[in-house]
Amino acid sequence: MDPKRKKDCHDSGESTRVASTFPDEVLERVLALVKSHKDRSSVSLVCKDWYDAERWSRTHVFIGNCYSVSPEIVVRRFPNVRSVTLKGKPRFSDFNLVPPNWGADIRCWLVVFAAKYRCLEELRLKRMTVSDESLEFLALSFPNFKALSLHSCDGFSTDGLAAIATHCKNLTELNIQENDIYDKSGCWLSCFPENFTSLEVLNFAYLNNDVNFEALERLVSRCKSLNVLKVNKNITLEQLQRLLICAPKLTELGTGSFLPELTDRQYSELKRSFSICSNLNVLSGLSEATALYLPALYPACTNLTFLNLSDAALQSEEFAKLLVHCPRLRRLWVLDTVEDKGLEAVGSNCPLLEELRVFPSDPYEEGIVHGVTESGFIAVSYGCRRLHYVLYFCRQMTNAAVETIVQNCPDFTHFRLCIMTPCQPDYRTNEPMDKAFCAVVKTCTKLRRLAVSGLLTDMTFEYIGKYAKNLETLSVAFAGSSDWGMQCVLGGCRKLRKLEIRDCPFGNAALLSGFEKYESMRSLWMSDCKVTMNGCRFLAKEMPRLNVEVMKEDGSDDSQADKVYVYRSVAGPRRDAPPFVLTL
Amino acid sequence: MESKVAYENIELNLKATELRLGLPGTHDSQEASLFGARNNNKRQLSDTSKECGSKGSASDAQHADDHETPPPAKTQIVGWPPVRSYRKNNLQPKKSEAEASGIYVKVSMDGAPYLRKIDLRIYKGYPELLKALENIFKFTIGEYSERDGYKGSEYAPTYEDKDGDWMLVGDVPWDMFMTSCKRLRIMKGSEARGLGGGV
Repeated sequence: MDPKRKKDCHDSGESTRVASTFPDEVLERVLALVKSHKDRSSVSLVCKDWYDAERWSRTHVFIGNCYSVSPEIVVRRFPNVRSVTLKGKPRFSDFNLVPPNWGADIRCWLVVFAAKYRCLEELRLKRMTVSDESLEFLALSFPNFKALSLHSCDGFSTDGLAAIATHCKNLTELNIQENDIYDKSGCWLSCFPENFTSLEVLNFAYLNNDVNFEALERLVSRCKSLNVLKVNKNITLEQLQRLLICAPKLTELGTGSFLPELTDRQYSELKRSFSICSNLNVLSGLSEATALYLPALYPACTNLTFLNLSDAALQSEEFAKLLVHCPRLRRLWVLDTVEDKGLEAVGSNCPLLEELRVFPSDPYEEGIVHGVTESGFIAVSYGCRRLHYVLYFCRQMTNAAVETIVQNCPDFTHFRLCIMTPCQPDYRTNEPMDKAFCAVVKTCTKLRRLAVSGLLTDMTFEYIGKYAKNLETLSVAFAGSSDWGMQCVLGGCRKLRKLEIRDCPFGNAALLSGFEKYESMRSLWMSDCKVTMNGCRFLAKEMPRLNVEVMKEDGSDDSQADKVYVYRSVAGPRRDAPPFVLTL
Repeated sequence: MESKVAYENIELNLKATELRLGLPGTHDSQEASLFGARNNNKRQLSDTSKECGSKGSASDAQHADDHETPPPAKTQIVGWPPVRSYRKNNLQPKKSEAEASGIYVKVSMDGAPYLRKIDLRIYKGYPELLKALENIFKFTIGEYSERDGYKGSEYAPTYEDKDGDWMLVGDVPWDMFMTSCKRLRIMKGSEARGLGGGV
């Protein structure tokens, strides 16, 4: 037990008799086994003893909005944390709706952690700003540091990665996923010392520069526990084959370029290397893959549960042939180049499928693209009855199709449909898409996340408010008819935590109808709606525990609140807000 | 507010002439407010530049014309469709690059004074390639058979592959040939016969 901890025995007299008969050690031991942070929150509310035991035994803390709490408050409450997950910017920043230099800088957190969490081992960041100096500070401040995961972050360059590679002697995970960084060179990889062997996860798939291949090969050879390797597009097939020989125990592989440039002999060797990889559960990469070399993969696909083809523009034929070899697939990400025919093959070959994401290969219609339609989605729903997570980008949809789909798959927990032209009606009946989403919320009682699109009236939102009792996240764009729509959602969706809205006719009445609700939510985002500055000021005044932030666009009307971000916080208003963020 | 009134006038006029598949008179109120909402949206721009279209009522009114009917797909709206920027950058250029760059290989013919260069990508298969070679060098290639190579002429088309070996053209599938061929050589006479060609 931590010697610094003082327990005041008299306190326990006030709590229930049951709690006070447990020695602290036992309680802490038991609570240490509780992993889910939601459960831990519940535990902490039982009584003071349990609150204390929980805070001392907490080793991982998840902070969904970095501005909802301050680093000082976190370290004071949880003294023994080893692993931190932090999320920063609002999700719409992924789509350029948040100006640069908005904030969410990791720096102030690292400074506090360096003082109080000397034993910090893991840091997982999403949508945070991270500078090279911060990365170097991280590398030098935490001698036991093991895992770094950066997802959709910005502000650093490969120099920062070099600092991590150089100084983190116990690193097990380096996961650089989809970040907006300054990719200066691939030298960072060569910074891992020659005696460094602890790496288990390495993902640099989204970096663009060449790394030194010999250094990579040596690194992979000496890290005997490596089980996740995702390389970037500059790694050729021939090089990949050499890496596979060094690491046959991989469970997750992201290939480099799959351009068919091998000799016959090399191709045979590649096939053989893949046939040794019998432990692969996850496969990604495959950029520039063509029908020619995909067969080399077949022997490695038997145990695949997650296939990510979102970087490979496959056509329906070669995709269908590949799927035949992936009977155990549970998660599939694919580009719409496979078209409806490809999705029919999914329905036929993947009965265990639980998650499907279909991304648009040509979102701005710069070429001639067919993509997928409602038929593909229907075909999948007939064949994959266990489907519960879908993200589907398409250019046409009908109400009837969605009704059929949810009838076939009533267990949806995540339903994200993006009809790519805003306000597009059912192309067959020309009606709004209201009936589709009504069917979704009525049938899928377990629904936790919903993204709507197409031409929608308030009716959709009435139904969401009435039926979507488990809904936690809702994304709305170019939809609704009046304030009533948003009011229904705020009034009806008891478990709502995140609401993000853009370009909808919801104004002050809608915004203010939820003002008590926002304290039970993580955040609300409204951009280009009809909310005014006065409405926001009123909200800020009535609800002092909410941060109401407005960003205005150049040249807009003074009274309009162009972008509104409302979130609960125990840390008070931001102290690092840039000039374009107005805290009301 | 000026612009809003101008808006609604324009909106009503266009609605009267709008072609729809639905029954006339249905969905009027819904669409009115929807169009209203969209017209307030300063984000619909004819190009991605933030300057254009976001200032002033005049430009809003002009844009109203463009956006009354179901929005044209080509209009670039900021952050729509909601795909991450890394995904946008990685896809399109790749495809057109692949199409644009040819696979140029040198072709030599025994006895010819200089070499030629051809782009393998423009041929759909062996017959087109061989025909092109015949045209360029003014000779005839014999008939291909797996067993005997090219019979009926003293020439045999060969190529150097990635391993550095000289192979007879036609043995492997066309796609595989295209990616493994480094250069072509049309062999003549006794050498050609050695590969199985010749009279």
